[in-house]
Amino acid sequence: MTTRISRTDLAARVASDIPEGAVVNLGIGAPTLVADYLPAGLEIVLHTENGMLGMGPAPERGRVDPDLINAGKQPVTALAGAAYFHHADSFAMMRGGHLDVCVLGAFQVSAGGDLANWSTGEPGAIPAVGGAMDLAIGAKDVYVMTDLLTKAGEPKLVAACTYPLTGVGCVSRVYTDHGVFDVTAEGLRVRELFGDNTHAEIEALLGLTLIEQDA
Amino acid sequence: MIDKTVPDLATAVAGISDGATVMIGGFGRAGQPVELIDALIAHGASDLTVVNNNAGNGDTGLAALLAAGQVRKMICSFPRQSDSWVFDRLYREGKVELELVPQGNLAERIRAAGAGIGGFFTPTGFGTQLAEGKETRRIGDRDYVLEHPIHADAALISARAADRWGNLVYRETARNFGPIMAAAATTTIVQVDEIVELGTLDPETVVTPGLYVDRVVSVGERRWLREGAFVGGVDIEGRALAEEGAAQ
Repeated sequence: MTTRISRTDLAARVASDIPEGAVVNLGIGAPTLVADYLPAGLEIVLHTENGMLGMGPAPERGRVDPDLINAGKQPVTALAGAAYFHHADSFAMMRGGHLDVCVLGAFQVSAGGDLANWSTGEPGAIPAVGGAMDLAIGAKDVYVMTDLLTKAGEPKLVAACTYPLTGVGCVSRVYTDHGVFDVTAEGLRVRELFGDNTHAEIEALLGLTLIEQDA
Repeated sequence: MIDKTVPDLATAVAGISDGATVMIGGFGRAGQPVELIDALIAHGASDLTVVNNNAGNGDTGLAALLAAGQVRKMICSFPRQSDSWVFDRLYREGKVELELVPQGNLAERIRAAGAGIGGFFTPTGFGTQLAEGKETRRIGDRDYVLEHPIHADAALISARAADRWGNLVYRETARNFGPIMAAAATTTIVQVDEIVELGTLDPETVVTPGLYVDRVVSVGERRWLREGAFVGGVDIEGRALAEEGAAQ
């Protein structure tokens, strides 16, 4: 049995790699947990694509302001130093490479860094993409935070994505419940394995050849 | 004298014709010009193409316009949400078309229309289904997709305050699509909490200059704002917490 860390431990692991001064966009879903583990003493600026830098945590119940929401349309607060801007500016920040880190969820990531996270391609499903494709190509570092395997046990790190792509060659690092992997020109390189997980075990789970941690 | 203020909502939306392309501001409920949308429903224009980030929430605002059968086509980035049941039903019944656009491309296509740009190459969407059939170009070491501007006959947006010249200031993340839609439409119609005397708005803080705006209508302050300041005690839909408790 391989070691798996919890979703919250994984969020803390991602947060520990984000330096002071970074401008960061946290995708909807599990990536939003990362905000809870950013060290309180550090100034890290959160961007929300609906038009704010300097986003703060959810307000108390009596302080919910319907004009002040995040990309998930949840109520948030504005920290000292926050700024508002319109949608075209917000996505220009992203597309223009002004964000340092973006953390996204994924259905699949390929060994070449392709990301699939917007559609399962299921017939009859109503498609919705939102900012996923902009986020995927829009930060200096694109981190994916995901389980290594689906609930059915299928690998989410794959040789080539079978789900519709969100972006091509855009992922820089994948944080999973089993370990952390960097996307390199040569393929996926093991950065860190959790617990007693071994290189051979993870390769066997994925059916992929991974570059050794120290290679 | 320049006076873009109009006395009521019906006058504000007058002249929007059947088959028009109408931009509607707002991201979810924040900044959604619900009173103008209600006026458009009463006005009755049909066969509309509507541009919005979403495709309606709950049963009010854009969802009500869809439910009234006045929309032929939605251009948006994120139609499917937990409370988008009106759009979901119409889409499954084949009663509304959908053009799905990545959110940043949607914003930039709207911006391009207002800025007189004939098209632009964007990296967003390259190599994906949403770029299929579109012209691509490699510039430097990166691949791009050609996208075209989205023009509109009318834009319905909301802002916090305006003067009679149509200068606008917004509030927090309710700004979202307002400034770019105001520039992209032939007729820009704005609902505001209050219309202030000319000269009251600080020119340094005007976000949308009045030349982009054609009609302004005041809908009165929201109960959770007093003179533009937040007073609290509501849920995310602006319902008083006591009402929310009573509804549960």
